[in-house]
Amino acid sequence: MITFNYLDLLRLVLPEVIVVIAVLCVLSVDLTFLRTSGTRLRASVGAILSLVGCTAAVAWILHAPQYANVLDGMLVLNPLAQRMQIAVLILTMLTILIFIGSTFTQHVSEYISLILLATVSMMFLVSTQNLLLIFLSLELLSLSLYILTAFNKRSVKSAEAGLKYFVFGGISAAFLLFGFSLLYGLSNSTNLVRIASSIHGPSLDPLLIVAIVMTMVGLGFKVAAAPFHFWAPDVYQGAPATSAALVASGSKVASFFIFYQVMVIGLAGAEGSGIWHGYVSGWVPVVAIVASLSMLLGNLVAILQSSVRRLLAYSAIGHAGYMLLGIVSHTNQSLSALLYYVITYALTVVGAFGVVAIVEDETGGDTLADFAGLSRRAPVPSFCMLIFLLSLAGIPPLAGFFGKFYLFTSVLTSTPGTLGLLWLVVLAIAMSAVSLYYYLKVLKYIYVAEPSTDAAPIRISALRHVVLCLIALGVVVLGCAPNILLRWL
Amino acid sequence: MLAWTIYISFLGVPVMLLLPKGSLRTTRIVALLTTVAGFAMTLWVFSHQRSGELVTIARLSWVPSLGVEYHLAADGISITLLLLTGIVAIAGVLFSWNIEHRTGEFFAFYLALIGGVYGVFLSFDLLLLFVFYEIAIIPKYFLIAIWGSTRREYAAMKLAIYSFVGSAMVLIGLIAAYVVAGANTMNLVQLSQFPFPIHFQMWAFPLVFVGFGILAGIWPFHTWAPTGHVAAPTAASMLLAGVVMKLGAYGCLRVAMTLFPRGLDAWGFEVLGFGSWRDVFALLALIGIVYGAMVALVQKDFKFVIGYSSVSHMGFVLLGLMTLQQIGLDGAVLQMFSHGILAGLLFAVVGRMVYDRTHTRDLSELERMQLSKAIPFAAATFVVAGMASIGLPGFSGFVAELQVLIGAWRAFPLFAIFTGLGIVIGIAYTWRAMQQAFFGSPDQSSAAVSTPMPPISIPERVGAIILIGASVIIGLFPQLLLRIIVPALHSPLFDGLWKGSGR
Repeated sequence: MITFNYLDLLRLVLPEVIVVIAVLCVLSVDLTFLRTSGTRLRASVGAILSLVGCTAAVAWILHAPQYANVLDGMLVLNPLAQRMQIAVLILTMLTILIFIGSTFTQHVSEYISLILLATVSMMFLVSTQNLLLIFLSLELLSLSLYILTAFNKRSVKSAEAGLKYFVFGGISAAFLLFGFSLLYGLSNSTNLVRIASSIHGPSLDPLLIVAIVMTMVGLGFKVAAAPFHFWAPDVYQGAPATSAALVASGSKVASFFIFYQVMVIGLAGAEGSGIWHGYVSGWVPVVAIVASLSMLLGNLVAILQSSVRRLLAYSAIGHAGYMLLGIVSHTNQSLSALLYYVITYALTVVGAFGVVAIVEDETGGDTLADFAGLSRRAPVPSFCMLIFLLSLAGIPPLAGFFGKFYLFTSVLTSTPGTLGLLWLVVLAIAMSAVSLYYYLKVLKYIYVAEPSTDAAPIRISALRHVVLCLIALGVVVLGCAPNILLRWL
Repeated sequence: MLAWTIYISFLGVPVMLLLPKGSLRTTRIVALLTTVAGFAMTLWVFSHQRSGELVTIARLSWVPSLGVEYHLAADGISITLLLLTGIVAIAGVLFSWNIEHRTGEFFAFYLALIGGVYGVFLSFDLLLLFVFYEIAIIPKYFLIAIWGSTRREYAAMKLAIYSFVGSAMVLIGLIAAYVVAGANTMNLVQLSQFPFPIHFQMWAFPLVFVGFGILAGIWPFHTWAPTGHVAAPTAASMLLAGVVMKLGAYGCLRVAMTLFPRGLDAWGFEVLGFGSWRDVFALLALIGIVYGAMVALVQKDFKFVIGYSSVSHMGFVLLGLMTLQQIGLDGAVLQMFSHGILAGLLFAVVGRMVYDRTHTRDLSELERMQLSKAIPFAAATFVVAGMASIGLPGFSGFVAELQVLIGAWRAFPLFAIFTGLGIVIGIAYTWRAMQQAFFGSPDQSSAAVSTPMPPISIPERVGAIILIGASVIIGLFPQLLLRIIVPALHSPLFDGLWKGSGR
């Protein structure tokens, strides 16, 4: 069966190879030439090298697009997968740009290389349709993220977050593996397409139901959907801002993409239905329940938070709920809506964590009170935060609004002739009305509250200004002209 | 040309933020020029408009895959409300001439709000309309929370949440309409021709109507309005009562009633004497009129009197809409214009002329100050504005409310009688407020009067004269506006409304 030229394989995964080479360059340059230099210089050099690597990978994908489906679905390259790779790479670059200037660690090259390794695993994750490789890439991603979370050795919270993330991650990986092995047992294949063809039947196999639930647990953990969300608030709060940004952005994008693939391609034929009064068992009702739980829990608990990072974590759970609706409706349009939503969401969250990082460097905390009067102390980041939070709340003309509109429309159109999924859309829109309250609460501290009397204007490097403004501009432009991104998806 | 009313307001926002912090005078003048430019453009179009037919201003493809367009157009109703926005916006800048705290930001939020309002009145694509509708929410929040007075953060948050809940209801209705029509278009004119199934209209109509109605102060969802108006700085109260509440009423008429006209039909059965949504909403409007007036009668805070009077007067608009009579709808649109002008004027007197000088709005304290002698211009303005708002002939309020009453008489005779009661209470609370605030007797220690008050400034005088002038002109020549409103109500857009069964 396998008569495959390894050189060809290497060519297919060249983007990933480029990023790995960048990892090696970052490590070797830092450990050989820059041993005695200051942290700032080492961070800048590492960041520049990694940016060059990522840019080269993006350039290669654009220059030589590949189409392949080799080794029983192990590597599936098509335009969509490659665009997702590009999205992941761009998000990584933004994350690294935000990292420059952080002072929480001496081990900058290790930190940057772990970010890049996480990126490699995300790139593999979006370009495979094979259970084995999905699991391997997920584990590589998780391992990198555990370390990145616990990287701030001076902070107890960071260590605690890392441990919690690791324990929950380990358990959910076990669930996922169990689910996958059941799927393999049912179909005698690890290829998603073949699994779908062999589980097709008039009624659902009880084993298949177990497999669906187990897989849901594992993947639900990755996307931080309730009730598998317990790690999220601690990780968002304890991890260094850059790590949290990566967990919330790139990792989300890749995980949602693979969630969709596993459910829609791998479990085709076992959908069932979540229509009001028209319930049929399958994976759709399961996802619908998880989605409703996430929307309710995330948005309602976020109201109570006084730490901006925890607030972002609970809002992330709520947003995961909205995005799961795109999987519930599983049409081509809803895939495009889901990807638009998750990419713009990731972009917004990277920006928001960039602002949180600035505030933390200045005040040493991330409570609402630390944001008081920020608009007088740092007008540009405050304005960017205004755009990010309003976009998350779904205020037009920002990207978050169009994402919601497109997603909800695609959910309703997925059941032609009936409005059976309207209950989910009503819930989602009601919850997004709730979410405006807590986003406005943050903005109230930034714009309305008076800064403490001894507060001076915050000094922020030009680079951070530029990066934040770029992201904010992206959020506005993608919201006003969504076609730029939609044409791609 | 009209599209530039939107653009110029939004262009003003970055200009306000970039002007140097110290140059208060320049900032104010630029803000004033921006609003004047917007009004001048509307006026130019208004004077060249023969009849009120629909004129497309801009139509570009926006999101082709969803069939969403950037579609701006204007008919007589739009132009009427654009004129109102322009007038109130100019007066608002004039009455906030004394803002010295974060002036640039104040006018930036102010202009962003104006831009959003212009956008709503000009949009004929439902998604675009919704976008502008929501853009208008956020500046309101900051205007009240930063520059407001009594319980400002509470009031601002309440207002934002009420608005957002309303717009969430509207969004559900719009998405459902888009999907049910399945025509891949959000064009209002096209969708209004689509025969939506009647059971769909029966739930979509009240959803969207109440969603917009919240912003129009429909009872019992009106409670954001008095608290919001009272907490807001003068210019923001003027805009809130004058223009933003009209956004809601405009949405009820333009979107809810044209998209789902059969939602107004009879249910075919009766619950508690109600046979249709029309009866329900007419009753809510009536309750708004009477209840608002009665609550205004017992207020101790001068600004709350005006706040509740707004709820009462907006009830006339909603009642006019529910009559489904030509004359009632004319009256409703005219009442939107009239109330916009008069509410702006009343808030200007209370918030700027009186409160900024006396630093109290408590009627019993004002009673001792003999304001009619201290600031006679304010007293005179309030007398004129009060007379106009209780419907003295010669002012715009009379023409508008008379038409609504005639419409209501034909549609719901019993309601018309109670509306009359509301008008009588209206006279009572206006009289009481006027008496206590301006013509009190200095029976006790006259020491309280001793503090001299700064005289009424030029911008305030100009603003008051503009608003009074607008009300008098429309009161004497209502045909000026009616000539474009009436044809607009007979455009194909409203066909469904007139052709509804049993009408």
